[in-house]
Amino acid sequence: MSDLFNVSSSPHVRSKDTSSRIMQYVILALLPTTAFGIYNFGIKAAILIVVTIASCIASEWIYEKIVHKESTIQDCSCIVTGLLLALNLPATLPWWEAVIGGAFAIIVVKMLFGGLGQNFMNPALGARCFLLIAFAADMTNFTIDSYSGATPLAAIRNGESVNLMDMFIGRTAGTIGETSAIAVLIGAIILILLGVIDLRIPATYIVTFVVFLLLFSGHGFDGNYIVAQLCGGGLMLGAFFMATDYVTSPITPMGKIVFGICLGIFTGLFRTFGANAEGVSFAIILSNLLVPMIERYTVPRAFGVVKEAKKHE
Amino acid sequence: MTFKGGVHPYDGKDLSKDKPVSELLPKGELVFPLSQHIGAPATPIVAVGDTVLRGQKIAEAGGFVSSPIYASVSGTVKAIEPRRVAVGDMVNSIIIESDGEMKEAEFVKTDDVTKLSNEEIIGKIKEAGVVGMGGAGFPTHVKLSPKEPDKIEYIIANCAECEPYLTSDYRRMIEQPEKLVAGMKIVLQLFPKAKGVFGVEDNKPDCIAKLKELVKDESRMEVAELMTKYPQGGERQLIYAVTKRSINSKMLPADAGCIVDNVETLVAIYNAVALGQPLMNRIFTVTGNAVAEPQNFYICIGTNYQEMLDAAGGFKGDCKKMIAGGPMMGFALFGLNIPATKTSSALLCFTEDEVEAFKETACINCGRCVEACPELLIPSRLADFSKNGLMDVFEKWHGLECVECGSCSFVCPAKRPLAQAVKTMKKQALAAKRKK
Repeated sequence: MSDLFNVSSSPHVRSKDTSSRIMQYVILALLPTTAFGIYNFGIKAAILIVVTIASCIASEWIYEKIVHKESTIQDCSCIVTGLLLALNLPATLPWWEAVIGGAFAIIVVKMLFGGLGQNFMNPALGARCFLLIAFAADMTNFTIDSYSGATPLAAIRNGESVNLMDMFIGRTAGTIGETSAIAVLIGAIILILLGVIDLRIPATYIVTFVVFLLLFSGHGFDGNYIVAQLCGGGLMLGAFFMATDYVTSPITPMGKIVFGICLGIFTGLFRTFGANAEGVSFAIILSNLLVPMIERYTVPRAFGVVKEAKKHE
Repeated sequence: MTFKGGVHPYDGKDLSKDKPVSELLPKGELVFPLSQHIGAPATPIVAVGDTVLRGQKIAEAGGFVSSPIYASVSGTVKAIEPRRVAVGDMVNSIIIESDGEMKEAEFVKTDDVTKLSNEEIIGKIKEAGVVGMGGAGFPTHVKLSPKEPDKIEYIIANCAECEPYLTSDYRRMIEQPEKLVAGMKIVLQLFPKAKGVFGVEDNKPDCIAKLKELVKDESRMEVAELMTKYPQGGERQLIYAVTKRSINSKMLPADAGCIVDNVETLVAIYNAVALGQPLMNRIFTVTGNAVAEPQNFYICIGTNYQEMLDAAGGFKGDCKKMIAGGPMMGFALFGLNIPATKTSSALLCFTEDEVEAFKETACINCGRCVEACPELLIPSRLADFSKNGLMDVFEKWHGLECVECGSCSFVCPAKRPLAQAVKTMKKQALAAKRKK
């Protein structure tokens, strides 16, 4: 028996949760959406998903080798980024563009700023917006198999009507993961039950967005329009999986609510008045940029602390 | 009844909770550090070579906020010299070699406590050397002398024992609940306007039932069943759960009309006032998966930790970590040659060190520390400020409100030493304030 005992500062016990376990829960919650995306768009989608994830893992591993840092791919965060990015791409995207997207997400948005926990915007969405600018035509080509090419939101803008049930289940054109609201909701329930996300951000996001539409969209209380706006354009995926990304959302409880409100307003603005029929991606990364300021102004008053440090009566 | 935040660590109480407390008579030398309380150290009134009786005063209080110390055995004063205590400091101590006979000094009982005046009661408590036995060691006679006694509405008995593995308060409540209730009665006599509440966590249904039975005819006492969650036994969290009042670091419970006392302290109050006995003993838990026979002992203050471990059968297997106190706020020990003081409650021995099992990784901003913190702080950011020496920002984000419960480090999935970082900066910030 050794004569030496371990000595460290309290507390001396730890919960069993680890960062990589949480990432695995997120991947688990994304499986319904992934499965439906592959079912809806076929083998091309499956290949694109694999390629994007592989690109993310490889980018992180190669970068860390080059700068002589310890490899962090086992924390699974690059897999989550790769999967989320793939779900935001059209199934028709050329594979090499997806590889560039993956590398951009990991190297530029995440690693160059300090790696895990240091990215200032959502890496998957940062890469998606980069691809939208770099490969605009390929990124907006939704024609595949039976789908004609116009996403439901674009169709609504053109004055056409869309089948709400198709939108809810996901039998429409769009990026791999954005079409099925129900698959995202199943995933969201998994995340909530596993204690990974709290409802502050998605709930305020969705409610603010709906209120914005009611007031400013010009469609008034049109229920069909509201539901279509909620089910389309990756709003559900964005609200539950991308806006809730830990690193790029506020850590303060009130900050999360302010963040959700910003998201709702920006999404509403972009969708109602913007040229693009989508708007969620831009709304999220724009709100990501506001997070440090939001946090600074929403520091909670500690337990028992009264405003102006007045003595408690 | 509960508070916001908190965590649920593994309970560990089954190891030691069912065995009745056994008396441990110490052999050899007992060590009495002159500082085992908050405030000025006590000053010795015996000299090397003196023989002393059990219950004889060996050190006088060093001021108003201080407490006298009594020998818990009969024997000879062997030395007065610095000795190491659980937290690691060397503290000047009186060392007594026990003669094994436990010859007692005379204790003067009080037949009817209700005939005593408030001054007499406080005097007896002060004279007996009673301090907060939950761990802080605040002199009880000072706590029971608030600036505005008329404003005290609640006397809360801290029966939560929220630290995992510890069962000394539990055994006291199972075996001698009458003493606890009698101690509460004495305190209630000091504050005629107050109500007595026994705050018990609901993982102790037998204690709740026993206490409810004992207080059912007492109009001024009641039992509050609290949700089991760490740190329910934290003073601020306990006051909030029972009364919905909040206090911050600049306030005392008395500012919210409350006085909070630990189970052992209330029993010590009863012993002092009704039985005329000074504080000489307490219940101590020796437990953990590296202890052969985990159990509780009724020990003499001053007993060596090694002796208590030996009485519990010694080590079982390879012990990797030993802790004085509970696993959430206790102190890791380098060795067992340290004495039990008035505030020592437990010795934990583990074959595995959960801290060493994990490597620290980057903060992912998950916010679990925010959910867990019972003081509604942002531990992740406070730890960052601490690491970067940003004292002003640390204070602006309410870092000084931290009660050092450890919930944040416990829950962090990246295994960051959040509590340690916050504690470090707190110490620096408070020291800087004192210098000003």
